[in-house]
Amino acid sequence: MTGGNALEGNVAGDTSQPRSNWPLYEVFLRSKRGLNHVHVGSLHAADATMALHHARDLYTRRNEGVSIWVVRASDITASSPEEKDPFFAPSGDKVYRHPTFYEIPDTVPHI
Amino acid sequence: MGFDTAYEAISEEHDTGHRWAFGTGFSDPLAGVDTAVPAGVDGIDLAAYCLMLGDDALIMSHRLQQWLARTPELEEETALANIALDLLGQARLLLTRAGKAEGTDRTEDDFAFDRGEREFRNVRLAEIADADFASVIARLLVFSTWRLALLARLSTSADPVLAAVAGQGVKEITYHRDYAAQWLIRLGDGTEYSHAKAVASLAAVAPYVTELFTPTETEARLAAAGVAVNPAELRGEFDEVLAQVMAEAGLEWPESPGLAGVSGRTGRDGIHTEAMGYLLAELQSVARALPGATW
Repeated sequence: MTGGNALEGNVAGDTSQPRSNWPLYEVFLRSKRGLNHVHVGSLHAADATMALHHARDLYTRRNEGVSIWVVRASDITASSPEEKDPFFAPSGDKVYRHPTFYEIPDTVPHI
Repeated sequence: MGFDTAYEAISEEHDTGHRWAFGTGFSDPLAGVDTAVPAGVDGIDLAAYCLMLGDDALIMSHRLQQWLARTPELEEETALANIALDLLGQARLLLTRAGKAEGTDRTEDDFAFDRGEREFRNVRLAEIADADFASVIARLLVFSTWRLALLARLSTSADPVLAAVAGQGVKEITYHRDYAAQWLIRLGDGTEYSHAKAVASLAAVAPYVTELFTPTETEARLAAAGVAVNPAELRGEFDEVLAQVMAEAGLEWPESPGLAGVSGRTGRDGIHTEAMGYLLAELQSVARALPGATW
């Protein structure tokens, strides 16, 4: 992935490099079935508007979505694999954090 | 599980949510539509009109398909393929309707693959070849601006099938127009190089615009009966939309007297440009080599 402004290298009139590297966008879709936006993939686009168009063409062709979010991949701060243990392991033995003492009705999905 | 139609198999009612994680709720545009030719409508005229609109979609779709594997970016390829598929879907419904209306039961395939060049009724704008990416964008903008204005009015047609096809088409073409407009604005308002490309592409399509708004006798007759749309009525909306896009793109619409036909006859009369023969040779090659083949 190229960071920074990908259009910088393409100054007006410079046709030697007509195809600058478009930045990467991550795509999130909310399907018809409700629930949350789910990450479905990524694509390249010159800006957010174009990314939305591309996402519509790439990821909703089979009627999958009712809402799309796109976000530049470089704008996402992610946890790193090396920090896996301090980040996630401490919750591994704390079963009491789940509401296991409630009866969940059958008609309530996706708790 | 047996289903009568493909739509049924993936409709919301039949999918319990287990088979498809995404993508149910498809709908057949002709569901519940009475497909009998309405009383008082001339079947031959209606068939001719369906061929005009169907051929526009079929030929434009084929030209767009030729872009596959040739677009500057992978994402644009999917976009053009989607647009081509939308138009092909419209063509299938319209050509099928033509066979039904003329009472011969000719199928969509018969119309697409077994007709000669002079029997195609599409406007010449649909058939001309694109020199580069800017060209296909300019052509698509003109085509979809015109067709959207047309289908929007056709969705109240006295023929329920035409109305249903148009209603579905309006949603599709609205996106096509938006896609093309956004790209033309990017090109016109981009670099010096892209601007020059945009100017050249507009100059290339301008001569084919007059034809879009010239009604044939069939169209005039059907429009009077409330079945068709008189294309002459669409010019105002077309000019307005283009002016808006041009302003944003920093471009000027090049007025053109329009490419003359042969003794006044143009695409709607079956008189096409040289490009049409080559296009049909490719479109029909498999069907001509292996008549009746199925796959």
